[in-house]
Amino acid sequence: MSARRRFRPRRALSSLLSYLVLLLILLFAVFPFLWTLAISLTNKAAPGVSIYDFPASLFPRSLTLYNFFNVFRTFHLARYFLNSVVITGLTIAGTLLVSALAAYPLARMRFPLKNFLFAAIISTLVLPSEINFIVNTLTLKRVHLLGTYWGVVLPLISTAFGIFLMRQAYLGVPAALTEAAIIDGATDWQILWRIMVPLSSPSLTALGIFTLVNTWNSYFWPMVALLPAPRLAPLAVGMLKLKGQFVYDPFNIAAGAVIMMVPVLIVFVAAQRLFMRGLEGAVK
Amino acid sequence: MKLAAPRVRVARAGAIPRSWIVAYSLLFPALLLLVVFTFYPVIYGSYLGFTHYTAIDFAHGRSPRWNDLHNFSRVFSDSLFQTGLINSLKYLAVVPALQVASLAVAVLVNRKLPGMTFFRASFYVPVITSISLAAVMWSWIYQRSGSLNWALRLLHLLAGGQGFNWLTNTGTALWAIMLVTFWRGFGYYMVLYLAGLQSIPKEIDEAAQLDGASSWQIFWRVTVPLMKPTTLLCTLLSTLAAIRVLEEILVLTGGGPLHSTYTALMYVYHKAFQGFSFNFGEASAAGLIVAVVGVILSVLNFRLMRESSGVKG
Repeated sequence: MSARRRFRPRRALSSLLSYLVLLLILLFAVFPFLWTLAISLTNKAAPGVSIYDFPASLFPRSLTLYNFFNVFRTFHLARYFLNSVVITGLTIAGTLLVSALAAYPLARMRFPLKNFLFAAIISTLVLPSEINFIVNTLTLKRVHLLGTYWGVVLPLISTAFGIFLMRQAYLGVPAALTEAAIIDGATDWQILWRIMVPLSSPSLTALGIFTLVNTWNSYFWPMVALLPAPRLAPLAVGMLKLKGQFVYDPFNIAAGAVIMMVPVLIVFVAAQRLFMRGLEGAVK
Repeated sequence: MKLAAPRVRVARAGAIPRSWIVAYSLLFPALLLLVVFTFYPVIYGSYLGFTHYTAIDFAHGRSPRWNDLHNFSRVFSDSLFQTGLINSLKYLAVVPALQVASLAVAVLVNRKLPGMTFFRASFYVPVITSISLAAVMWSWIYQRSGSLNWALRLLHLLAGGQGFNWLTNTGTALWAIMLVTFWRGFGYYMVLYLAGLQSIPKEIDEAAQLDGASSWQIFWRVTVPLMKPTTLLCTLLSTLAAIRVLEEILVLTGGGPLHSTYTALMYVYHKAFQGFSFNFGEASAAGLIVAVVGVILSVLNFRLMRESSGVKG
């Protein structure tokens, strides 16, 4: 007891120090968002307002939601937003379907070359991918899919991460359940849809959420695949077009940035634990 | 249960078992997409690196013409590629900074103190931020009248009234972009290190404490050695990301000013999609060089890790 009491002041001090450091890191991590939010809410019609005036632009004196409406009107934000929704939606649906199907034989069936195929799928994690975008662009052009939603989506949906995640989920389904189903005369197809998929819904959700965040945010590949069709560009690509526009309006851009960030933040807050498990990195 | 076993799809002799057909049809969509969009690009792209092939050839339906190592010598002697490769190698400086910081932050938020869930989640928000949003926000921070110069003046590191745009200054642009990579990365690696930290049995820490080890000693003698596998994974991931840096550059500076942020993959991208050439052959050759550098760095990474653990063990 006495030993413990002796340590207390030191402990309190170290906790205090920890919090101090944590607050500094917090400032580093979230400051860009806070400033952007402040700019997006700034009434630019007020006299003397400029984002080129630093500490002042962090605390706007007159607030407005005008920028949020204006960015829709002047920059076709709705179109970019819709493109993002379509591309993300197709990618999620495709990833879930393809992974859920492919994982079943890998987890539960016996067939020739099974281990080889599984190893090949996992090997894509370490394959050099520096030049893939060049060849994929050529391939898509050949089949007339370059500059379409599907051209962006198709190369993204079959991933080692998705297949591995679903395989692990299926391996966790008790064998007794599927054996019972086999005795009742169920086919593999029925076992997959009636037992495996429903029982793996947590993994499907996880995969869906990771795919959502990754696709919503992805910039390079959609930019390349949609070079011939700028009208189909998602928000991540559109945002930078706004930034490079002739009539540079930081208030509108800030509003656009907030609009792009909000869906991801909502998903993140709702599914925080998933991201904090480090699941993604373990397989990525 | 056992009785049912023979019922499981006994194949007729000679016929392909039905279950094989089922298995392959379920795998088909995934395999087809992987072959077309992942394996084929690696193989065909590597082949292109040894050929003469441009957008004009592609448009006219001409096939690539073999030209030995010609692309490689062209690329290597191109001063722009040299600049790019050097900048990509410079970019590796972000790796140790990122790893040390992430591990330290992970240890910090692993303490049993109230509010840690909040801190962990907040540190992860930059990770789920698109690079294009990061570009928008950080170019404000870095501008002449931005918050970074303001903070530096506040700390008296810059004289009053002084300041410059960090992204248009040849001396600072690359480092400024690295800071953005750092910002978007430390939460990610923090989570990986946290998973590693939480897999260390508490008994080990407690035993060390009983033996009178200080928390500093526990960190260096217990935590760090036990975290070796996680550290290896994280340094590997961030090394490969650093040598392949492209997106950050594209959105923040486009390679400028005066090529001071021009990286090796930027060269690949430009060769393939910009200018008059659209030279897929040379672009692929340059990409292959980056890939080989990546492999070499990975091997070095493994070597270094093994050696350092050998010394400790």
